[in-house]
Amino acid sequence: MSNQTPHVGLFIPCYVDQFYPNVGIASLELLEKLGCKVSYPQSQTCCGQPLANSGYERDTIGSSEHFIKTFGDFDYVVAPSGSCIMHVKEHFPPEFHGQNTYKELQGKVYELTEFITDVLKAEIKGEFPHRIGYHSSCHGLRGLRLGASTELNVSPFNKAKQLLQGLDGLDWVELTRKDECCGFGGTFAVSEEALSVQMGKDRLADHLEKNVEILTGGDMSCIMHLQGISSRNKQPLKFMHIAEILNQAIQ
Amino acid sequence: MSHPSKAAEFLKDQAKSHWHDETLWFVRDKRDKISKSIPEWENLRTLASGLKDYVLNNLDTLLLDFEANAKKNGIHVHWAVDAEEHNQIVHSILEKHDCKAIVKSKSILTEECHLNPYLEKRGVEVVDTDLGERIVQFLQQPPSHIVLPAIHLKKGDISKIFHEKLQTEKGNEDPTYLTHAARLHLREKFLKAKVAITGVNFGVAETGEFVVCTNEGNADMGVHLADVHIACMGIEKIIPRRKDLGVFLRLLARSATGQPITNYNSHFRSPEPGKEIHIVLLDNGRTRQLARDKFKNSLKCIRCGACMNTCPIYRRSGGYSYGSTVPGPIGSILSPGIDVKKYSTLPFASTLCGSCSDVCPVKINIHEQLYEWRQEITKANPDLAKGMSMKMASGIFTSPLAYKISGNLMRKSLKALPKSIIYNPLNVWGKERDLPNPPKESFKEWYKKNRP
Repeated sequence: MSNQTPHVGLFIPCYVDQFYPNVGIASLELLEKLGCKVSYPQSQTCCGQPLANSGYERDTIGSSEHFIKTFGDFDYVVAPSGSCIMHVKEHFPPEFHGQNTYKELQGKVYELTEFITDVLKAEIKGEFPHRIGYHSSCHGLRGLRLGASTELNVSPFNKAKQLLQGLDGLDWVELTRKDECCGFGGTFAVSEEALSVQMGKDRLADHLEKNVEILTGGDMSCIMHLQGISSRNKQPLKFMHIAEILNQAIQ
Repeated sequence: MSHPSKAAEFLKDQAKSHWHDETLWFVRDKRDKISKSIPEWENLRTLASGLKDYVLNNLDTLLLDFEANAKKNGIHVHWAVDAEEHNQIVHSILEKHDCKAIVKSKSILTEECHLNPYLEKRGVEVVDTDLGERIVQFLQQPPSHIVLPAIHLKKGDISKIFHEKLQTEKGNEDPTYLTHAARLHLREKFLKAKVAITGVNFGVAETGEFVVCTNEGNADMGVHLADVHIACMGIEKIIPRRKDLGVFLRLLARSATGQPITNYNSHFRSPEPGKEIHIVLLDNGRTRQLARDKFKNSLKCIRCGACMNTCPIYRRSGGYSYGSTVPGPIGSILSPGIDVKKYSTLPFASTLCGSCSDVCPVKINIHEQLYEWRQEITKANPDLAKGMSMKMASGIFTSPLAYKISGNLMRKSLKALPKSIIYNPLNVWGKERDLPNPPKESFKEWYKKNRP
């Protein structure tokens, strides 16, 4: 990073803004503690992903333009969501492809953990004495390559694990199916409700079998789905976004 | 029936769907282990992908080379524009040889053409000789998986079928016993058939030969005992050179079943004296798919089935939930190219998790094509209700004020309404999931107060 403190635009996904303000607060405070100048542009709206994934990418021209206008002037745009960042990076409609403003945006949007490991290159010191199961969201893992997926024959890495393992007392649990999808999938969660719920139950079982205490991850959408099933079935699992863990633990 | 309703049906038998998931996961896991045992794995995938790109970009000339070289070797080459013509060609060859009983090794292409019913209607007995295919044939079902056709059946099911069809002992579920019974039964069929049909895994343009891969040796058994061999081949199965097999054969078996090599990789180049080999080259929509820029590389598929084994949807919904000849992720990008309305729910039968693309030995960007098909399907099937609600959502996303108002309303109503209304029958999310506890303020409201 240059000597001048870069200005980070905090992009808080719409459902996080509405349902999980604590995740937004944790992301903001964590970035501030790591020495960033952070602003949350209040005119931001949803990035358009739900529409695009439902087959209406062509109807997201307005929200895409609005996103570029809202975040265009920041040095970096950071969000506590792999899924929304992947959408912004890859799925704005074809009208934007090749436009300089979009190209610039694509080069400066980051998911929170990769921003910390790759841009800030920071290590987080602190203490978090809990048994943690990590849910790799598919868009973060295979979309943004925040870790090595188990299908590929490449050296294993995982940016979230890299950050969490720096915390004293944290007990990282290896799952049997390390990176299987939880079944959220946006509108899939309702259009294929039976499958979605079954996939969620199967993921939860993997964590429960290994006595995970807190299930964490980089995408609240997956966690909202898993927590919804877990809570309905009265399972003894706690759920936190990775930003909440890091912000709580950092010294 | 749509994919969601068939999937829900499959999931009703919890024990069986769990078993189906575990069984296919076992295959995926075996594939992971063996693919990681060779350090050049990712290079092989890159090579295979590049070779297939070359094939698709030069398909016209490679096919003509293949035809010319095959003819030089004494093979009869036929061209079929669609399934109907394909079936007519096969039937005319059978008629010429006055053949009323054939054996056929596994060929998904002949499933695609519905060759079996076509021939049966014309008085020909068709016997599928792949064990799994024979089992589903007894049930008059299509394969539920392209590599493991009877993977949806348990050994108890097979014991019952064999008891009824092959008079095996009632209740004997011993796999060796059942396999021996099948072997005796099939041997009889092999000895009687004058014509054997096989699929084709690879057609080599440079030499005019073709390669058929089976684990059971049933293709070879059929072909060597028959006077006539008919090989049915999709036009995309061409590879340029024989040496390219060094890439594809290594990838195919490892991806399909986690084996280092398929048991029988049989090369067929020219007929024995007094015998005949025919190749039927089938288009059936493949050139149409080739003309679609976003979807053409779906034709790179070598039919290993790895995307099915890895797909969390396929594993839990079974092959029949797709209602297409090729199920699973690859089927969901091939089928809409054949009939965009009939297969409109398939590209939505995915969370876009991307595992299929990472597992694919020829690097087809399957999940990206699923996303692209969604864009096409919403244009081709203007589902008004869905379109309207999406448009409204679009209006909300672009206007900060509208977005804020609807968010506030949502949070407040969640707090105020009794649980019975929130979880009403129309609320699909809440059927088996709790909604998040609504916070007292949004992040935006907190931010305004705390970072003025």
